[in-house]
Amino acid sequence: MELVYFLIEVVVKSIVVFACLMLTVAYLTWAERKILGHVQVRYGPNRVGPFGLLQPFADGIKAFFKEDLIPGRADKVCFVIAPMIVIVSAISLFAVIPFGNKLVLLGREIKLVIADVDIGILYIFGLASLGEYGVVLGGWSSGNKYGLTGALRAAAMMISYEVALGLSIIGVLMISQTLRLTDIVLGQGGGFWHWNVFLQPVAFVLYMVCGLAELSRTPFDMPEAESELACGFNIEYSSMKFALFFMGEYAHMVAVCAVSVTLFLGGWQPPIPALSFIPGVVWFLIKLVALIFFCIWERGTFPRLRYDQIMYFGWKFLFPLALINLVVTAIVLAIR
Amino acid sequence: MLYGYFAILVYILIALGFAGFVILASHVVGQRKSTATKLSPYECGMPTIGPTLRRLPIRYYIIAMLFLVFDIEIVFIYPWAVIYRSFKGFGFFILGEMLVFVGILIIAYIYVWRKGALEWE
Amino acid sequence: MAENVVMLFQWLVFLGIALVCIFASIMVISNKNPVHCALWMVLTFLATAGLYVMLHSQFIAIVQVIVYAGAIMMLILFVVMLLDLEVELRSRLKFLYSKAIGGFFAVLLMLGIFYAVITRVLKGNVGSFTPEKVSAMGNVKAVGKVLFTDYLFPFEVASILLVVGIVGAVIMSKRREARKE
Repeated sequence: MELVYFLIEVVVKSIVVFACLMLTVAYLTWAERKILGHVQVRYGPNRVGPFGLLQPFADGIKAFFKEDLIPGRADKVCFVIAPMIVIVSAISLFAVIPFGNKLVLLGREIKLVIADVDIGILYIFGLASLGEYGVVLGGWSSGNKYGLTGALRAAAMMISYEVALGLSIIGVLMISQTLRLTDIVLGQGGGFWHWNVFLQPVAFVLYMVCGLAELSRTPFDMPEAESELACGFNIEYSSMKFALFFMGEYAHMVAVCAVSVTLFLGGWQPPIPALSFIPGVVWFLIKLVALIFFCIWERGTFPRLRYDQIMYFGWKFLFPLALINLVVTAIVLAIR
Repeated sequence: MLYGYFAILVYILIALGFAGFVILASHVVGQRKSTATKLSPYECGMPTIGPTLRRLPIRYYIIAMLFLVFDIEIVFIYPWAVIYRSFKGFGFFILGEMLVFVGILIIAYIYVWRKGALEWE
Repeated sequence: MAENVVMLFQWLVFLGIALVCIFASIMVISNKNPVHCALWMVLTFLATAGLYVMLHSQFIAIVQVIVYAGAIMMLILFVVMLLDLEVELRSRLKFLYSKAIGGFFAVLLMLGIFYAVITRVLKGNVGSFTPEKVSAMGNVKAVGKVLFTDYLFPFEVASILLVVGIVGAVIMSKRREARKE
């Protein structure tokens, strides 16, 4: 009987997380266009529904009915599975992110996380690195020079910043002594001054910068530099396949922000213990929205870097900085 | 104990099902009327020039190899970071272990920098 | 009852992963297109990671995904992607001898494995870290504890090995460039 309850719990949690994520992604596209519009003193989408709120659905329906074109020079199998790899890897990152503390429902204690596994943060790195295959394959399989160049640039940039990303969070792991994300959040309880962002400020900045590079967002949106590569790795994609790339990118963005909230901003923990009557999910969402807003905002304000500058910055600045942060944290922890 | 991984499996299967369904559905619903021009690679409206695959600058391979090596090093650091504080009894011993490891890594890094493998010219 | 169901289910999952693993590895060697081969190889590594998870070695499983499926295959894909496939596919060379020799050795190896599995009871040494102890402590912590006490020397030697790898990569690339100039 316990087994049946467990199965129901897993399926329900998976579907709820999946549905919420898809809705978030849909409205994220709307929010980005709206916010960027206002940053540039425009209105943004405002025709479909009040404040353009139905725009994501209109876009989705439009994408469905567009021509599903596979270019003549394309490698058909890879061309089809590349967007699938991107979206699946981006969605599956949410399997280990804790959205809140335990919940008691019908006499059962339910953890608000799909899978509370021992290797939490490494799982996220592993799956995120698999997502890069989607980008590389998408560019390679479309048989287009721009696409291939964009894909190679994107891949080289992502793997360069992945090194600094992996190094940057080791300080946090040393403090919390675990890779399990729920335990990392629990270790930050009892007020905002326990949050890792105040113990590891350099790591937080490093993580966010590298996260932006992983997402290839401005200022690191070199792979899709419109002025020289037209669109980058997804140049030949149309219809729903393009939409899947798009959604995967936004889901990945939500994931990077959610991991940042979990590691540095105390996850579901309230900023002061007195406010703990508000459910943890609400706190989690507030922090998540704040970080996502930052990601959109910076896109409206930063110019694009040159490719060699990006590589210099990653290898010659972020990487040594992450190493120094690691060694300093270790020495401070040893002395204390 | 493996329940968590089962949950991940279920979740990934849902995601896979979604992706497959969407691609299949758009393939069925969308119109298809392809012409030779439409199927040719997009090069800003000009006729396609030459083959797609060209030889790459070797820097891409160097970056991939450096990534591989440093990635392995980082994976080694993770278990160390997790047990670091619980090894208080060892004093500075465990710190020294990692400083040797990271030191060798830094020597390699300096070598790469001095040899100009990080230059992007 | 419930225990039996779980056991049965685990067995089924194992069977599924094992079949995926075997199928993918056959595809790796039988496929003509090198990029497809690389992708099947990624799938093989992922399935192997699944097997590690079923053996309760989550850390090894995720390292398998990050290092093998993520980093090594990415490097291989970089190299393989830029081959001119058209020439490769058009030539349709038939390596009859190599197929025959390879098949012979494959059958020989398989017979050897069958023999070993049937005649012997395969049981490794039971160390001090039993599965219960490991799961109580956490898999990564257990790995760290062993790695930084008993296996410290191999660990430090591994870093030197990695340095040699970096030096090799740099030297190879530099020589190519010097010749060009």
